[in-house]
Amino acid sequence: MLDVKAGDEQSFTLLLHRYRTPLVNFLYRMVRNREQAEDLAQEVFLRVYKAREDYVPSAKFTTWLFRIATNLALNSVRDTRYQRMEISLDAPVTVDAEEGEEKTLDVAEKNPNIEQHLVEETRKKMIRHAIEKLPEKQRAAVLLHKYQELDYAEISKILQCSESALKSLLFRAYETLRVELAPLVAQHGK
Amino acid sequence: MSCSRMENKILGYLDGRLKESERLEVEKHLATCAACRLRVNEFRAVSSLLDELPVIEPSPAFDLRMHARLAALPARQSWWAWFMPAPRVAIAAAMLLLATVWVGTRPNNPPQIAQEDIPVLENLDVLSNFDVLTELPQPVQADDGGQSNPQM
Repeated sequence: MLDVKAGDEQSFTLLLHRYRTPLVNFLYRMVRNREQAEDLAQEVFLRVYKAREDYVPSAKFTTWLFRIATNLALNSVRDTRYQRMEISLDAPVTVDAEEGEEKTLDVAEKNPNIEQHLVEETRKKMIRHAIEKLPEKQRAAVLLHKYQELDYAEISKILQCSESALKSLLFRAYETLRVELAPLVAQHGK
Repeated sequence: MSCSRMENKILGYLDGRLKESERLEVEKHLATCAACRLRVNEFRAVSSLLDELPVIEPSPAFDLRMHARLAALPARQSWWAWFMPAPRVAIAAAMLLLATVWVGTRPNNPPQIAQEDIPVLENLDVLSNFDVLTELPQPVQADDGGQSNPQM
């Protein structure tokens, strides 16, 4: 990032390539809409680029990056909370019923293991929905902890809370997930 | 260690982020508490389930759109650029400044001479008694018709 600050455009391209996938995944799991997640990821990079000359390496770059991303995601989730449409039970069965990734399931001819496939998809959907049901801040904490593998100090800076509050937040989130995913957790123990 | 104190330690224990002394303390508690042992196992299961979600790749258009948005950003100017006017304005301002300096510094003697002459012209008594003026040759009358020269 210091090279970017010094005006090295190629270093910014390197940052873009290194962080775009984790950022898009984090945002996708936060907002549950692929197109929106990509727009937000681009907005994060734009803000980083615009602020490059004011960048002070007082914290890790990832902390700064995910702090911008988390704030954008939380704002977006709050803005669209009441706009999201429930998927109708009468709608065609889909492989991935998330917004922006609709695919009508027409695999009977293509996939001989359709039953297995359906079981796996149902399982993934349960996990996704369990994460989605978490309060926004708990969800962000879980995603940063589980998928970005950031340490508690970094996550607490991103979420602007104390480490002790973060541990409590994460514990409550995992408790909720444990209850929501109880059938899968039970299978896992066998 | 009590079960309530375990709440803040379980994830750190599963992540392997506890200090050695804390880890030993947690394991000592787990050896005697079936409820916490079950919870630790279930949290571990939850963590494994979260690993099952696939990683998505950004769409092929992501980079193109990103670069388009970057290119659309206005060129960044440094803080002192605010003081830099457009070239035409700068030239006009410089010409105005030069003109002002020229007008302000040019010699202004003629008006001073005129002002000093005014009291002399106004004092006609002084002029009428001014000897030098009386010795000057008299002006030639235009309507003399050449008869004014007695020597010819």
